[in-house]
Amino acid sequence: MEPVIQIKDLNKSFGDNHVLRNFNMAINAGENLAILGKSGSGKSVLIKCIISLMEVDSGEMIVLGKDIQLLNSDELDSLRAEVGFLFQSNALYDSMTIRENLEFPLRRHWSKEERKKGADAAVKEALEDVGLSHTIDMMPAELSGGMRKRIALARALILKPKVIMYDEPTTGLDPITSREISNLMLSVQKKYKSAALIISHDLNCIKMTSNRVIMLIEGTRYAEDTYENLRKSEDPKIKEFFD
Amino acid sequence: MGTVKLLKQIDNAFFREVGEIAQFTARFFQTVTKPKQEWEEFVNQCFWVGYKTLTLVGITAFIMGLVLTIQSRPTLVEFGAESLLPSMVSVSLVREISPVITALICAGKIGSGMGAELGSMRVTEQIDAMEVSGTNPFKYLVVTRVLASTVMVPILSSVGIAIGLCGGYLGVNIRGHISWNLFWHQAFEALSFGDLIPSLIKTFFFGFAIGIIGCYKGYNSKKGTEGVGQSATTAVIVASLVVFVLDLIAVQVTDLLGLT
Ligand SMILES: Nc1ncnc2c1ncn2[C@@H]1O[C@H](COP(=O)(O)OP(=O)(O)OP(=O)(O)O)[C@@H](O)[C@H]1O
Ligand SMILES: [Mg+2]
Repeated sequence: MEPVIQIKDLNKSFGDNHVLRNFNMAINAGENLAILGKSGSGKSVLIKCIISLMEVDSGEMIVLGKDIQLLNSDELDSLRAEVGFLFQSNALYDSMTIRENLEFPLRRHWSKEERKKGADAAVKEALEDVGLSHTIDMMPAELSGGMRKRIALARALILKPKVIMYDEPTTGLDPITSREISNLMLSVQKKYKSAALIISHDLNCIKMTSNRVIMLIEGTRYAEDTYENLRKSEDPKIKEFFD
Repeated sequence: MGTVKLLKQIDNAFFREVGEIAQFTARFFQTVTKPKQEWEEFVNQCFWVGYKTLTLVGITAFIMGLVLTIQSRPTLVEFGAESLLPSMVSVSLVREISPVITALICAGKIGSGMGAELGSMRVTEQIDAMEVSGTNPFKYLVVTRVLASTVMVPILSSVGIAIGLCGGYLGVNIRGHISWNLFWHQAFEALSFGDLIPSLIKTFFFGFAIGIIGCYKGYNSKKGTEGVGQSATTAVIVASLVVFVLDLIAVQVTDLLGLT
C-alpha cells in the first residue's frame, strides 16, 4: 500500500541556516509516526513545508498520492481538507466563539446548504470527541491552556481528515493533562482510522502514541525505530534524549 | 562617513518599504477582482469602523465647526462680511477640515486597530490556520478591511461635515442671530460640485490608504509581541503621513483641473 505522506530529499534553509538537509520519511495508512528532535531542529518547519505554508528549496513531497508542489491553489485547498493540522500555539481565532472557530474550516469545504443542515451536528460531535461540549459558546480566552489545545484538536478533526499533524501537542501542559491529550490522540486515531505525524520532544507522549519514531538531528533523519528500541540505543546522540 | 552610511540605510529601508506597500496594493487588486467576496465579513468591518470612530469624529467635527466660526467672526466683522460666516464655515468643512480630521482619526483608530489585530493574528499563527483551513486569509482579512475603510471614511467625513455645521450654527448664534433654516440655506448655497466632488474623491483615497497601510503593517508583522506593538504604531504614523501627502496631491490636482 502507498504511504499517505512521503518525503524525499527535502531541503530547506533560511539564508545560511540550513534547517533541513536531504530529509526522508514516509507515513503509512493508520500509522502514528513521531519525529523527535531538539528545540530549533526544524520540526515545525518540516510540517509547515508538508502543508505548503512554507516553500521548500528542493525535494519531493507526496501527500495522499499528490505531489503538493504541483497543485494549484484550489487543488491545494481540497487536499488540505484531508489533512488536519494542530498548531504548536493552537492558533484559535480569538475574536470568534468556540462554535465559530470550529465552523470556520467548513466555510470553504461545505456548501451553504450542507452547512445549514450539518454544521451544528459536526461541531457538537467534534466537541464531544474532546470532551468539551459545554464550552461551545465561550471565547478562547476563557479557556485554560489544556482546554484550548483540545479545542484546537477538535477544529483539526472537524473535516474528518485522513492524516493529522500534531506540532508539539503536549508542550507547556502539566503531566496529567499531557497524558489526557495523548489518550485523546489515540482515541481519535482509533475512531477515524487516521494516520498521524506527531512532532514532539515530550518522551511520554511519544511513547504512548507512536508506532515508530524518527530522530531529527542536524536536519537529517538520524535514526528510525520503535520507541523501545531507540531507548535501548547506545549511540550518545540518541541517548542524550532519553537521559 | 557614519552619517552618510546611516542616511543610506534609512534611504534603502524607505524605498524597500514603498516597494513592498506597492506590491501589497497590487495583490489587493488581484484578489479583489477574483470571484466570491466575503460580504459578511465586509459588512462586519464596516460596522466596526463606524462604531469605533463615529463618536470621536462627531465630537471633533462639532468642536472644529464651533471654534472655526468663533475665531473667524472678528475678521469677517472687520470687513463687514459677517453674513458670510455660514458659507465660509461650510466651504472650509467640506473642502478640508472634515476630510482631514476624519482621516486622521481613522488613521489613529482604524489603522492602529488593523495593525494590532492582524499583527497578533500573524504572530499567533491564526493567519496560517486560516490558510490551512482553505480560506484565503488575504481575501478574508485584508480585502474586507481595506474595502470597509475605503467606503466608511467618505461616509464618516460626510457625517463630520453635517455635525461640524451644527457646531457652526451654535458658533454664529453665540454672538449674533441666524435662524436654523437660513443657516443651512446659506451653508448649502455656498457649495458647488467643485467643492463636494473633490472632497468625496479625496476621502475615498484617504480611506483606501489607511486600510492598505494598517493591513500591510499587521499582515507582515514580525514575530513576537513587540512586533505587534510596532505594527500598530508605525501603521498610525505612516497612514497619517500619507493622508497629508495625498491631501497635498489632491489640492494640486483640483487646482490644475480648475475646480478651485
Ligand atoms: N520564518 C522563519 N524565518 C527564518 N528562520 C526561521 C523561520 N522559521 C524557523 N526558522 C528557523 O528554523 C529553525 C527551526 O525552527 P523550528 O520552528 O522548526 O524549530 P522546532 O524544531 O519546531 O523547535 P521548537 O521545539 O522550539 O518548536 C530555527 O533555527 C529557526 O530560527
Ligand atoms: Mg516548533
